[in-house]
Amino acid sequence: MDLANFLIQLLNSVQYGLLLFMLAAGLTLIFGIMGVVNLAHGSFYMLGAYLAYSLSGLFGSLTAAILGGAALAVLFGLALEWLLFRHFYDRDHLDQVLLTFGLIYVFEEVRSILWGDDVHSVAVPKALDWSIPLTDTLSYPAYRLFMSAVCLVLALGLYLLISKTRLGMKIRAGAFNRDMAGALGINIKLIHAVVFALGVGLAAVAGMIAAPVSSVYPNMGSQVLIMCFVVVVIGGIGSVRGALISALLVGLVDTFGKVLLPSVASMLVYMLMAAVLLWKPQGLFKA
Amino acid sequence: MSTPKANLETLPRSVQVVLVLGVLALAAFPFVGSDFYTQMVARMMIMGIFAMSLDLLLGVTGLVSLGHAAYFGIAGYALAFLTPQDAPVSLWWTLPAAVAASALAALVIGFFVVRTQGIYFIMVTMAFAQMVFYLFFDNKALGGSDGLYINFKPEATLFDLENKQVFYYFTLACLLAVYAFLRRLLWSPFGRALAGIRVNEHRMRAMGFGTFRYKLAAFTLAGALAGLAGYLWGAQSGFMNPDLMGFHMSAHAIMMVILGGMGNFAGAIAGAFAFEYLLHLFKDLPAVGGFNTAKHWQLWMGLFIVLVVVFAPRGLLGLAQRLLARKEARDA
Repeated sequence: MDLANFLIQLLNSVQYGLLLFMLAAGLTLIFGIMGVVNLAHGSFYMLGAYLAYSLSGLFGSLTAAILGGAALAVLFGLALEWLLFRHFYDRDHLDQVLLTFGLIYVFEEVRSILWGDDVHSVAVPKALDWSIPLTDTLSYPAYRLFMSAVCLVLALGLYLLISKTRLGMKIRAGAFNRDMAGALGINIKLIHAVVFALGVGLAAVAGMIAAPVSSVYPNMGSQVLIMCFVVVVIGGIGSVRGALISALLVGLVDTFGKVLLPSVASMLVYMLMAAVLLWKPQGLFKA
Repeated sequence: MSTPKANLETLPRSVQVVLVLGVLALAAFPFVGSDFYTQMVARMMIMGIFAMSLDLLLGVTGLVSLGHAAYFGIAGYALAFLTPQDAPVSLWWTLPAAVAASALAALVIGFFVVRTQGIYFIMVTMAFAQMVFYLFFDNKALGGSDGLYINFKPEATLFDLENKQVFYYFTLACLLAVYAFLRRLLWSPFGRALAGIRVNEHRMRAMGFGTFRYKLAAFTLAGALAGLAGYLWGAQSGFMNPDLMGFHMSAHAIMMVILGGMGNFAGAIAGAFAFEYLLHLFKDLPAVGGFNTAKHWQLWMGLFIVLVVVFAPRGLLGLAQRLLARKEARDA
């Protein structure tokens, strides 16, 4: 593998890792603060991708579609939290697993009724439809760099939100001790709704910016969900920092595995997870 | 954490009577039912075995495994590999071999997953099952995404499994044997230790039980019994594909156990029958004004699951108990 090729794979793995982080961050926050296992998290990613497909056709611009779609996804998240999830924060994990599994079926079929079962493609915006030449034959698409940049900005925003703002302080207080935070006058129900909607929004934005690269297809949520589980397990459930590091690690292992060891590539990430579990059953960064 | 509220370990007399009547009905069914329904009930019984195997983890030990379908699939695939293209293969060594393959996979994966707790256990069992899924899905040598055909049912010498009725009774015998075995196990010292782990694992450890080994043994045994179900499924349907080990299948198994009520194995069987029947019902719905309702069976199943979890979280048995308790409270 020469340098240019190596660089491309490295950029790809970082981009994949950051995309996984967008999903895993929401998943890990929703678990860390509300104690909910959300199998339907992958469906929000799918929802985002389909919204990008429909809205970019409607608005004629992917940027407008992403902004509009993110707003819709957050509203959807708030509604879902109000209608169903808030009644499940204190229930068994078993109930949460079944509820969210049922929701996967519902979302998947509603998607099938609204959008059909065809694969759709979303056009890369004109302004980003060019490549950076690396050698005579190899180049790197600008849109992928843009994806990584968006993810990085959002990750940074999430970090600042949680560690530097008053809202973030309340979120951390809620994660540390829900009842105590509530007793001290923090509107914990509102915090829950905000965190849930934030998680849905992040997953949907990930789906939207990934749509031009991955295309839009049925069941696209399930595959990414399992990868997010692996990321969250390796990083330590509830830890956003752990999710970031583990997402980048999974991105590296998966991308380079596919290039260097294609025959066992799909297993490598799971082997990584098994190794981490042997070493630290609570994940690398226990929240 | 996941302490089930409605696991009637001791079944009331009324339930026992219903069970005996149920067995008699199952024994008589092939005489009255058509070939189609005989096969369908046989499949329900296979799912009953699968659901019971999961109940050992879910209801008895308190381990929520979201990857149980992997062990179901491995034994079925083992049968597919062991059956030659042009001749049947003997039941008497392939059944133990296939079950052993599932047990071995459960032992190896269990070694990793049993050290985790609660939500980690759920996510890790699911992730490992998905690893098995991709192993089969991505490798042409293992059948790839299309799966494998099993051209002949296993040959048993003493009886002919190609005969649908014989297969039905063989499945019924397996169902009863697994039920009797698990009920016996439930009240053995081993079963009591598993129940103790469900209620309070720390206390069990403090009392000197090596809970890791108990949980690993339960995980392996549950995998082996799931393998028995998978073997029968492969033999009956004549094919195996990766979807049978996917996480939808694992979630279906959880739903079966919940639907019937967990921790007593009879509920798992009832739940499996109910779930399979609903699946059949939803996949067979008539079209309503140009809208193909049967094509969207997952929508109905999804809504059904959500409704059950919201309104009857302890299954039909738990719902019946709750209504009964309410009636008693009113009467008193």
